[in-house]
Amino acid sequence: MRSLKFLVVLFFVFNSTFLNAQTENLSDKITKNLRCLICQGQSVHDSDSAFANSLKILVKKKLNEGLNEEQIYNFLKNKYGEWILYEPEFNKNTYLLWLLPIMMFLFGGAIIFKLFILKK
Amino acid sequence: MKNKIFPIILFAIFTTVFFVFYKGLQNSNIYIPMKNIEKNIPYVEIKKFASNDIINSNEIFQSDKFYLLNIWASWCVPCREEHKYLMALSKEKNIRVIGLNYKDKYKNAIFFLNELGDPYNLILQDQDGTVSIEWGAYGVPESFLIYNNKIIKKIIGPLSQNSLIQIKKLIK
Amino acid sequence: MSSLIGYYSLVFGLGLSFLIFFFSIKNFNNYQKLDLKIISFVFLQFLFVLISFLGLLISFVNSDFSNETVFNHSHSTKPLFYKISGTWGNHEGSLLLWLLVLTLFIFLFLLRSKDQPKKYRILTLLFQQIIIIGFFVFLLKTSNPFNYIFPVPKEGLGLNPILQDPLLAIHPPILYLGYVGTSVIFSSALAAISSNYISEIWASHIKKWILIAWIFLTLGILLGSIWAYYELGWGGFWFWDPVENVSLMPWLALTTLLHCVLVLEKRLILTSWVVILSISTFALSMCGTFLVRSGILNSVHTFANDPERGLFILIFLFILIFLSFFVFLFFYKKEKNTKTFFWLSKETSILINNWFMMYFLAVVLVGTTYPIFLEVISSEKISVGPPFYNKLIIPFLVPFLFAMAIGPKLKWIKSNIENKSYLILFFIISLILSVLIVRNLETNFLFNTVLVTAAFYLLFITLREFFNKKMINPSQNLAHFSFSLLILSILINNIFSFEIVTNLRVNETYESEKFKISFESIEQKKKQNFKTIVGKFTVEQVNGEVDIMRPELRIYNQPNIVTSEADIKINIFYDKFMTMNYVQNQDYFNIRYQFKPFMFWIWVSTLMLSLSGLLSFARGKYEK
Repeated sequence: MRSLKFLVVLFFVFNSTFLNAQTENLSDKITKNLRCLICQGQSVHDSDSAFANSLKILVKKKLNEGLNEEQIYNFLKNKYGEWILYEPEFNKNTYLLWLLPIMMFLFGGAIIFKLFILKK
Repeated sequence: MKNKIFPIILFAIFTTVFFVFYKGLQNSNIYIPMKNIEKNIPYVEIKKFASNDIINSNEIFQSDKFYLLNIWASWCVPCREEHKYLMALSKEKNIRVIGLNYKDKYKNAIFFLNELGDPYNLILQDQDGTVSIEWGAYGVPESFLIYNNKIIKKIIGPLSQNSLIQIKKLIK
Repeated sequence: MSSLIGYYSLVFGLGLSFLIFFFSIKNFNNYQKLDLKIISFVFLQFLFVLISFLGLLISFVNSDFSNETVFNHSHSTKPLFYKISGTWGNHEGSLLLWLLVLTLFIFLFLLRSKDQPKKYRILTLLFQQIIIIGFFVFLLKTSNPFNYIFPVPKEGLGLNPILQDPLLAIHPPILYLGYVGTSVIFSSALAAISSNYISEIWASHIKKWILIAWIFLTLGILLGSIWAYYELGWGGFWFWDPVENVSLMPWLALTTLLHCVLVLEKRLILTSWVVILSISTFALSMCGTFLVRSGILNSVHTFANDPERGLFILIFLFILIFLSFFVFLFFYKKEKNTKTFFWLSKETSILINNWFMMYFLAVVLVGTTYPIFLEVISSEKISVGPPFYNKLIIPFLVPFLFAMAIGPKLKWIKSNIENKSYLILFFIISLILSVLIVRNLETNFLFNTVLVTAAFYLLFITLREFFNKKMINPSQNLAHFSFSLLILSILINNIFSFEIVTNLRVNETYESEKFKISFESIEQKKKQNFKTIVGKFTVEQVNGEVDIMRPELRIYNQPNIVTSEADIKINIFYDKFMTMNYVQNQDYFNIRYQFKPFMFWIWVSTLMLSLSGLLSFARGKYEK
């Protein structure tokens, strides 16, 4: 049993030479979060449409001009609306969106606790 | 008593969900960014079409005059269809038609204009598509009606007889 | 001709529903045994739907363009295989497939439930008939596959070339076997409530159906993801697109239900919860059908954007929900739950599984439907995409994986931790391995380490169990092992994937520290219904490896679309993925080369997951 574990470890260590952990660059991170507006459900990063290609160039330009991630999102939000961002912001429109699942988690935990653990 | 409340709440929730979905069906799910109606025009520096000189939006758009910025390309099929409306507009005294040539080759664009006519007071070029995005466009053809440095109407897709009439009304 | 037969077959099929109702009600209070006439009517109904389905199929094969569906979705130059699969590759045909499986499954249910109480069987049949009638009416009124057009067009409008793929051809039938399987569970649960049959025996009986639905749903989702990876060209396999979410939600509910039924099989607890899950799973299936076919959501995979049809499904769905509500409220007798769980027991670990699974379900449900609510209430339109789902789900995977590792080790009712030193040892090994693997990552190092540790932990615990001579539950172990392998593969794929994007003309070369990509040549050919342009690329790596990649562009004539076909080189450690695309107005191509580790294991582990279900099904008896 022990020897098996050792072999598995060895196997991974040897093979991890082909694995190089990649930190993605900022441009890619941003374009992955943008919706390609003329596609049917693809990010700007993944799409090869004319719009997506233009947007990729624009994002690089803006980064070179010194804008940070949030500023670029704001810039695009002003042009196209929040629809273009895949990660919904946390504002009065979306409090429920972000909080409802967690509330349900706590609620579920409370039910389990009350119904099954507390009946002593 | 307690037992009755829970089903009632659940019933109410489901009924609400039903009505929301019902209402949701009525709405179109094609999103057209109409957000920048009555918004200010962007400040951009654009290359002129023929000369590669750079001009900026302050120099192009003066107050108290109507402009139609039309994004077009020689390879774009609907652009051919809308061209006659642009020619008609170019004859109007109140409005100046500005062309933004999108991802196009100079030769092909000139050929297109020679064939169908040149309605543009000024032509600019957008080789990489970023200028169009500054304007909040996302395809070609698209047109913007501008007055006093504000966008008063945005037309997505080719101009039609209808849009021509609407524009004419607005520029009186 | 075949369309005519197809249409009237449907009408007769619907008519049979009334016969079935009549004789079922008559048989309900009379006679001990189930009237055999009823079973023959049910079979006949299936037969009529089958004839109808074949009628549509024949119309497709013959390119009979007098049939509106065939006209809209086929073309005479289409290869035969895709003419056949075109039958269910459209809205009307796919609904006919739904109906086919609905009628088949209820027939099989009657055949395989001979030792169950008569009243329960009849009620299951009747509840299923309500669903069947709903589908018949939906088809005949709003989605008739046999509309006649005159004058008969000479040629069809063609099937979308992206759908001309062998994987995608079998994906709907397999997926529907899963979706429709949940209908039997639904009908059975309502029947069991109405006839006061919720018991350990019922749980044991329905477990088989749950397994069947689960196996096919898992496979169906797998096929869809594989197709997305090979065909769509972006190198990904899951995008949290509404259609994907809509298949994941019933899967989550079904998996949860499976775990609960394993408890119910032994002890009479969690009964109301099992019933609620049984109803919800099918409701989620139907809700999914609604979301995807009504046009209310925008997605990659939109079927039929017709609000009229959407309205029908919506009303039908809520009739079913309110019906279940009604039945539950008036007929359900809650058992006296005087038992409690000892905190360290298998029952508790299943509760924890439920707790987390319902949370995951909530995340997907809220994420998918929230934009609809927001738009109706405030006219604001937002997108909910991968970042949302990743942020809310991934952190919770850590405790979930640990619970999956320890849960099966606990005994029913009460458990002690003794002689379990390996539990700690494995944790340490997992942690070390994880740090070694993630070490070069700059961002999120801690988070990724914890995640990979948890996945390894589950992997090792389940792996060790395979060598246990006294292994009591091989199918469960295989399932948990496969799941750990799946998560681990996805994590490794995520952390270690990279891509090179560049623009090249023929004879140009891209060079970086580690790669050299040369655009050698381009070749054009004409095929049956498209023209193909293949680019030949030589990819050299700094370690000496050389590959020749041939990504392809296809220009279809009917309809006029250009698709990009990736060239993928597969081995068990990694995939090499390359696509080539036109750039508007330029003479160069946009080249994307991706390196994707462990894709093979993502597919294999999911396949193993569904096989574990099959193993459980085949073993049949109680599993401890």
